[in-house]
Amino acid sequence: MEGDKVIETFDLTKVYPNQTAVNKLSFSVKEGEVFGLLGPNGAGKSTTLLMLLGLCQPSGGSARVCGLDPVRRAREVKRQVGYLPENVGFYQDMDAVQSLAYIADLNGMESNGAKEKIDEVLNLVDLSEDRFKKVGVYSRGMKQRLGIAEVLIKNPKVMFFDEPTLGLDPEGALKLTGLIRSLNKERKISVLISSHHLEHVQKISHSVGIMIKGRMVATGSIDTLAKEKFGLGDKEYSLEEIYMKYFQEV
Amino acid sequence: MQGVSAVYRKELSDHFSSYRFVILFALIAMVSFITSYMAGIHLKESLQGVAKPTFVFLMLFNTTGALFSMVQFVAFFGPLIGIVLGFDAINRERGDGTLIKIVSQPIYRDSVINGKFLAGVTTITIMLVSIVLVISGIGLILLGVVPGVEEVWRLFIYVLISIFYVSFWLGLAILFSIFFRSIATSALAAVALWIFLSFFVSLGASVLADVIAPVDTQGDVSTNAAIKNIRVKQFISLFSPMSLYTNASATIIDPMRKTTNALVLMGPMEKISAGRFENPLPLGQSVIVVFPYIVILISLTLVCFAISYLVFMIQEIRT
Repeated sequence: MEGDKVIETFDLTKVYPNQTAVNKLSFSVKEGEVFGLLGPNGAGKSTTLLMLLGLCQPSGGSARVCGLDPVRRAREVKRQVGYLPENVGFYQDMDAVQSLAYIADLNGMESNGAKEKIDEVLNLVDLSEDRFKKVGVYSRGMKQRLGIAEVLIKNPKVMFFDEPTLGLDPEGALKLTGLIRSLNKERKISVLISSHHLEHVQKISHSVGIMIKGRMVATGSIDTLAKEKFGLGDKEYSLEEIYMKYFQEV
Repeated sequence: MQGVSAVYRKELSDHFSSYRFVILFALIAMVSFITSYMAGIHLKESLQGVAKPTFVFLMLFNTTGALFSMVQFVAFFGPLIGIVLGFDAINRERGDGTLIKIVSQPIYRDSVINGKFLAGVTTITIMLVSIVLVISGIGLILLGVVPGVEEVWRLFIYVLISIFYVSFWLGLAILFSIFFRSIATSALAAVALWIFLSFFVSLGASVLADVIAPVDTQGDVSTNAAIKNIRVKQFISLFSPMSLYTNASATIIDPMRKTTNALVLMGPMEKISAGRFENPLPLGQSVIVVFPYIVILISLTLVCFAISYLVFMIQEIRT
């Protein structure tokens, strides 16, 4: 329908009683792309993700995720989209296999098929050795990877990550971004990643959107944004420099 | 339905593997064991050398042996079962960050509370049924009386009413766990409401009745004033689920009770009729007498659940 666009929003708006969290947001994510949604805390990134999932009603505008309207067909959207929330929680006294089995059950998977799938995703996120440890004793990085395994178990077409590298040590963050990149490349999963850790996003994103105070101030690939702001030149600009430039203007 | 059954299975296994359930079950099993044993001993003594009355088996449940009867015990402490099973149903998941993960799976949002409520009701059912069976077993051994068909039916209806009664409190506890973000607050609120509705409403009922329809204790007590006073008192105590439950279950367990009215409230003809027919009430008639109470109890449970449903559906899912 929309060709190769997997996410599209049209003037998406969310108004809370005392503030406008998201203000006429329009952007699109192509299929097979990693899109970085950047912005300071409170810019409305998480709210945008929730609206795209149908977990939160927009006050205005509309959106299409995999060609579906998340307001009316939330369940179908959630079948195709895997979402890793910020600070994802786990049942402390379950082990990795039990947690994954519950998610598989919620997705309506048969328990036989689920077993194989659980082995597969645990291998993928490198948690096979710790599969029978209680999640309560997991490190933050391991929890984050288990979170990704829980997202992967439903074979998503699109994945949403909300601040995935928050609170991780450099090694953990590296492992995680590497994982996201390989999922995108090998499994052709489109990724929407919200973050304010610019260096992590720069490494893996094909294009980025900069969001400040509920508005999208710029979208495009990092190179295009650099040209727009600094003009043509030999110098390579980092995402951070571009971002700060935009941020100062607003 | 896929979402409901997944949540249901998970919650049920959580209930059965939790210390909370084990402690609760041990406590209730112990108390009901003791009360019914006392009642059994008491019955056995008082029945010595007397022709066996009908429905002696049911007396196990409503004879006050030491402190209270089984029926009274469930009326007082049944709510606690419901509250303990439900007070942290939603807000714990919200606090742990697991709720958002669950609702971002392809399920309807209400599947979460439906599954949790059903798992709680199943746990309650298993608890109450097994306790009644244990007591019946003790009764068989102590009294040597086999229950008749009607007694089994009456016990069945009694268990059913008890399940509704405890489920009402479960629904209320889940409602509070949706309303309040803090687990301690929701637990306290549920317990406070339990104490208020169970103990203070009946106290308040007599105070209010004396204000609205005072009975002159100095001079002649006019019958009309007394009747009015009792009417008001009964009406107010209908707001307490405990008195609904006590009224409903007492008449089911005790076939000799023919009405839920107080003796004062009976008209002269009703008194004559009650006096003339000293036989136990047939089961169908007992059910008719208590039917309004059962209906109110069920509708209270449904109202509670409906409010939880509404609040949960429109609530922001984010913490």
